[in-house]
Formats: sequence, C-alpha cells, structure tokens
Amino acid sequence: MSAQHVEDRGLLRFLTCGSVDDGKSTLIGRLLFDTKAILADTLTAIERTSSKRGMTAVDLSLLTDGLQAEREQGITIDVAYRYFSTGTRKYIIADAPGHEQYTRNMVTAASTANLAIILIDARKGVLTQTRRHSYLTKLVGIPHVVVAVNKMDLVDYDQATYDRIVAEYKAFADQIGLTDVRFIPLSALNGDMIVDRGERLNWYDGPTMIDILEAAPAAHTEQAESFRFPVQYVCRPQASDNPELHDYRGFMGRVESGEIKVGDSVTVLPNGLTTKVKDIQLYGESLPKAIHEQSVTLLLEDEIDISRGDMIVSSTEVPAQTKQVEAIVCWLSETPLSPARTYWLRHTTREVKAKVASITHRLDINTLDKEAATTLAMNDIARLTLKLAQPVFADNYTDSRATGAFILIDESTNNTVGAGMITGLNA
Amino acid sequence: MSTLTKQTLSHLDWLESEAIHIMREVAGQCSNPVLLFSGGKDSICMLRIAEKAFRPGKFPFPLMHIDTGHNYKEVVEFRDKRAAELGERLIVRSVEDSMKRGTVVLKNENESRNKHQSVTLLEAIEEFGFDACIGGARRDEEKARAKERIMSFRDEFGQWDPKNQRPELWNLYNARSHKGENIRAFPISNWTEMDVWQYIEREKLELPSIYFAHTRPVVMRSGAIVPVNVPLMNGELTNLPKAGEEIIDLQVRFRTVGDISCTAPVESDADNVEKIVLETATTTITERGATRLDDQTSEASMEQRKKEGYF
Repeated sequence: MSAQHVEDRGLLRFLTCGSVDDGKSTLIGRLLFDTKAILADTLTAIERTSSKRGMTAVDLSLLTDGLQAEREQGITIDVAYRYFSTGTRKYIIADAPGHEQYTRNMVTAASTANLAIILIDARKGVLTQTRRHSYLTKLVGIPHVVVAVNKMDLVDYDQATYDRIVAEYKAFADQIGLTDVRFIPLSALNGDMIVDRGERLNWYDGPTMIDILEAAPAAHTEQAESFRFPVQYVCRPQASDNPELHDYRGFMGRVESGEIKVGDSVTVLPNGLTTKVKDIQLYGESLPKAIHEQSVTLLLEDEIDISRGDMIVSSTEVPAQTKQVEAIVCWLSETPLSPARTYWLRHTTREVKAKVASITHRLDINTLDKEAATTLAMNDIARLTLKLAQPVFADNYTDSRATGAFILIDESTNNTVGAGMITGLNA
Repeated sequence: MSTLTKQTLSHLDWLESEAIHIMREVAGQCSNPVLLFSGGKDSICMLRIAEKAFRPGKFPFPLMHIDTGHNYKEVVEFRDKRAAELGERLIVRSVEDSMKRGTVVLKNENESRNKHQSVTLLEAIEEFGFDACIGGARRDEEKARAKERIMSFRDEFGQWDPKNQRPELWNLYNARSHKGENIRAFPISNWTEMDVWQYIEREKLELPSIYFAHTRPVVMRSGAIVPVNVPLMNGELTNLPKAGEEIIDLQVRFRTVGDISCTAPVESDADNVEKIVLETATTTITERGATRLDDQTSEASMEQRKKEGYF
C-alpha cells in the first residue's frame, strides 16, 4: 500500500507556544515519536545524550534541542520547523522557543499557522505567559486554538485541577475574543492523550491531541473569500520557436484568496480595466478553476498591460487602493523604528516606499494596556498609520490574511524589520 | 473545528504550489539567479517545479552544477541528458579547475571533495554575478537545516550568519541583496524525503539508474557499505579497496547521490519508485544516517539495534 492511495487530508501547519518548562519540547518529541517520524539513528543519538546527562528514560525533549553552536555562542534561538505525517495528513510544526525575543519569534511562527497549541503547566495554571501567547494568537489571526493542560502526571491526574484551569482560561478567552478554543488534559512525558489515550485520564472523554489535529480544518478560514491574485511574473515567450506562442501572455501567480473559474469577470489593478478569464493553466494543462493557495497561470480575454506587482481581483469585490494604511505592527529589528526614516513596504508582490505618519499607541502584550510611544524597540507591538509613496491593493487582515499582511524592510541593510497587519484603509 | 468543508489542496499539491510560488518570487525579485542542478533526486524535482512555474516560457535562469570530478557517471550523464531535453542552459564548474587554480587544496588525494564545492560555487557566483542560487535543500535533512530560511542570506564571503537572518513571515519573502551578496533560495524546504519520493512517483520523473536496486562491488568498512572500483567519466576507477578488504557483489541502491568518496548505498531490492516509496515509509534510518560515511560507528550500532527489535 503506497501512502498516496490513502485519503489525503492535506497539510496542517500549527504552532506550539510555551517555554521548555511547560513541556513543549516533550510534546513535540512525543508527537514525532508516536507517529514514527523519528528514525532509529536519531533515537540512538538521543539515548546517548540522555544517558550522558544521567537520565534513565529517553528524554524526548532532546529531539528539539537547539544546535550546539547556538547554545555555545549564545545567539538568538530561532523558530524551527519540524515535520511529521500520519499517512492521511502532513503536519508542519512551527516551534518558537520561549526564551528571548519571544514576540518576534512567535509572530513569525504564527504567521503561517492555522492552529495553535497553547501549553499550560497543570501545577501553575493560567500565567502571564499564557495570556501573552493567547493574545498574540488572536492578533496574528490563528483560527483554531488547543489549550493543552500538560503535566497532569504531576497533579495526580486530578480532574478538579483541570476543570479549574479550563474555567479560568475560558473567561480570559471570551475577554479577548478567541472563539474556537478546545481543551485537553495530557502528560507529554508519559504520552497520555497525545496519540494514545493512556489509562490515567479516563474521566476525559474528548479526542486525543492527534485526533484534534487530524480533524482540524486545513483551510485558514471556512468563510468564502474574495478572489485575489497578485501577479508574480509575466510569461511572454515571443522568441519561442512555436509561432502560436508569439502572442501568449500568461500571468503567473498564486491564488492568495478565494477561487477563480474560466469565464469569471476580473478587474486588473491598478489600471482598473475589467476582462474575463480565458484560461487557467498549469504546465500545459487547462484547469476549469483554481482554488486558494494554488499556483497557476491566468490567460485573459483582452490584451491588458500587466506586470509584476499588479493584482487581478474579482470584479464584484475589488479591494481598496490606498496610499495610507492603519496597521498593527510588530517590530522585529534590534535597530528601533525611526519615524524619520523611509522603509520599503512589501505587500503581496508589490513593493512601495513607506513612512510612519503617526504611532497611535503601543500595546503592552501582558496587560493589553495602551501606552503612548514615539519609537518602537524589538518585540514591541503598536498600532500606527503609514503613508505610502504608491498605492497598495489591500484588505483588512481579518478579512484576508494574504492581502492584509505586509513586511517592512530597512532600505540600507535590506533586513526585514517589521511585520504588519492592516486594520484600516484610507484612500 | 468540526468538519472540513472548504476545498483544499492535497499535501503534494500544496507543497508543489508553494515551491512554484517561491521560484517565481526569486525570478521576480532577483536580477540574475541560477538553479543548482546536480542530477540528484531533489534537484530533479526542482526542475519539474521550474517547468510548472515557467512553461511555456524558458526558465528565467540557467542551471548550474558544481562538479567534484568524483561523481557517479550515471548521474553526470543523466544531468547532461536532462538539461538537453529541457533545452535549458547548463553551466558546469569543476572543483578540479579550482584545484588547478590553487584555490582548493586537498589534504590528501582521498579526501572528500564535497565540502570543497563551496569554493568553486563562490568562484562561479563571482564569475557570472549571480545574486541568487536556487537549491534543493530540505529542512528535514538535519538539525542545522530545521531553522534555515526559505530565502537565506549570505554575505560577500558566502557565509551564513545565523545572527543575521531575516525573519520570514507569511509568504512575503525578502530576497533583496547588495552587490556581492547572495540569496540562497530553497523552494522545497518544507518537503521530506517521503514527499520527494511521492512526487517522483506522481510526476513519473525519470531518475539516474543508481537510485534503483542494482548489483555492484562493495566492501564493508566499519559496518558501512562502501562502493569500490567505481568508474569515473574519464574511465579511471576510483574508491579502490584497501589491502585485505574483501570485495562482495551486493544488491544496493543510493538514497542520496553526491561525491563518490562520501556517499554510501543501502542494501535494497527496490527496483522501481513504488517499491522505494514503500521502503521509505518503513525505513528506520534517516537519509543522512544511511548515507554518510563519516559517522559509521553510530550507523552500525543503530543497525544492530534495529536487528534486536528495538523499535
């Protein structure tokens, strides 16, 4: 039986939030181990390290241990990506370590995730850190949250302890507007409720962690979204030996939102001209339609001048064209934000110059308090307004992740210094 | 979180689509990229992705191979054949030319030339003025790769500075560089060895013959299978057995192909892609663990554990 004959439930990207103390590494190690994503030679290496450190059982957290060089040099610990598959679904874990530069790492890891596992130590309950993780999860728009009350083995698998934490978290989730939240008790150390149910949590009759992951929707949103197709590249093979291709104009890109069918009316931005989709191609094949996240080539009925950075959109749902955006920005750079400077703003396939018009407030992500600010340091999160040299074609981040997000790039170093989520559009 | 209603891509379609998007971003953002093509399975997948990304047009970049001069003949021949079929330009730069120039100096004749490829690569980047190299590295290959960016920044010495990597958010890639600097782009970062084999099976991609089970002379050296008397392109034999080693004919296949001096095959009777997919699903050894000759002791003990029914 080869794996692709089995039902393919696509790919789920999820994020794990928590520090080493919460058992995050053990949870990931357990997921990889119990789904057999770890092969024997890796396990042997871990066993050796475990026994070197005087442990009797294999320490699964070593699977996600950082690089030796990283620890030695004391450099920034970064987001790591890990992979496992259940045969029916492939998983990509974004593992953001909890120590330094937490906000920056977590926002980075969260930006591509559709589900977040928030770990709580059963002995400690809901902490400031839990609130911070949850708030960032909400901010970056992760649609599904699983609150894992871990280390149940250390509270004698006590249901009352679990219920108390669940109640406390629910109240907090309501307050910040997290809607799809699930709870699960577990012991990552012993493997209870990860892939196997174990025998010590019999009072819990909900699904295991892996069952939750298997059932979670793979799409970022279940809502119908407007068609957005940022043009990445234009294919004009005029010099081809095939004369039929001399008039070929293929607009290459990925459907970032919604879907498109042959014959649909589309509008091209910025020029605003409207035409119809003549063909949707992928490697010589014509497709009747293309869905969200599908990379294709569009051919249009009319000859319209289109280049990289333009956007092809649904004619009935045209996004705002704006030279000013309000956004929540997370600052990622050690060099603080300077309102005097100009930055590159990259939004979809478009790059425009941008300058801060005003900083509305900075957010304390532990208390959600708003504070006045004139600059932003690394890990700061603020609501601000940016002026742009040319328009972008944008949606609010809550309506469309791909056309509501942008990054800011330092003009002199070329570093990525900020991550933005659009909250308001002014023409 | 109840039922899955919205139509989504299958996992292979998603990975392919992401890789196409990344390649098009490199083409759109960089002025002079190059795609590294070795004739190995990962770079063969990369060529299919490039076809899907840019056909019916030509690739907006040439292909390039850094040849150690110690590559399997079957792979080198396949490399040339594939490039010709695609009608794309193939640049080959050789570690042996760097040795002649004196920029690569081997410690001894038998030293693996694998790590010296980077010198030749940097020389080629400078010669052609490439601002981006598209490569087939995957994050599941080893620990050091798990934190690698999809667009990885290298300074003018080609160095990867972990402290100076750009945060990568959403699918907004930043491939900007100054003159002399270089971006390494990895479109199949999120693929695993299994994904690669499933893709090869689905796309019916042709591979060099040594990926499939075949009989060849080998010796057992510290528990690892070491191919011997391997013919080079110029007809010479390399990897000669050491005195006292017993040569046996074994049925093997390669999981990775690279410099002959450091790539070992695995014992296998998988003579087609379907069988390899199955074997990959049930293997207990990582791709690197099975093929790296510089870590023979742990490999041997791991084999032993498996035989003792460890898992």
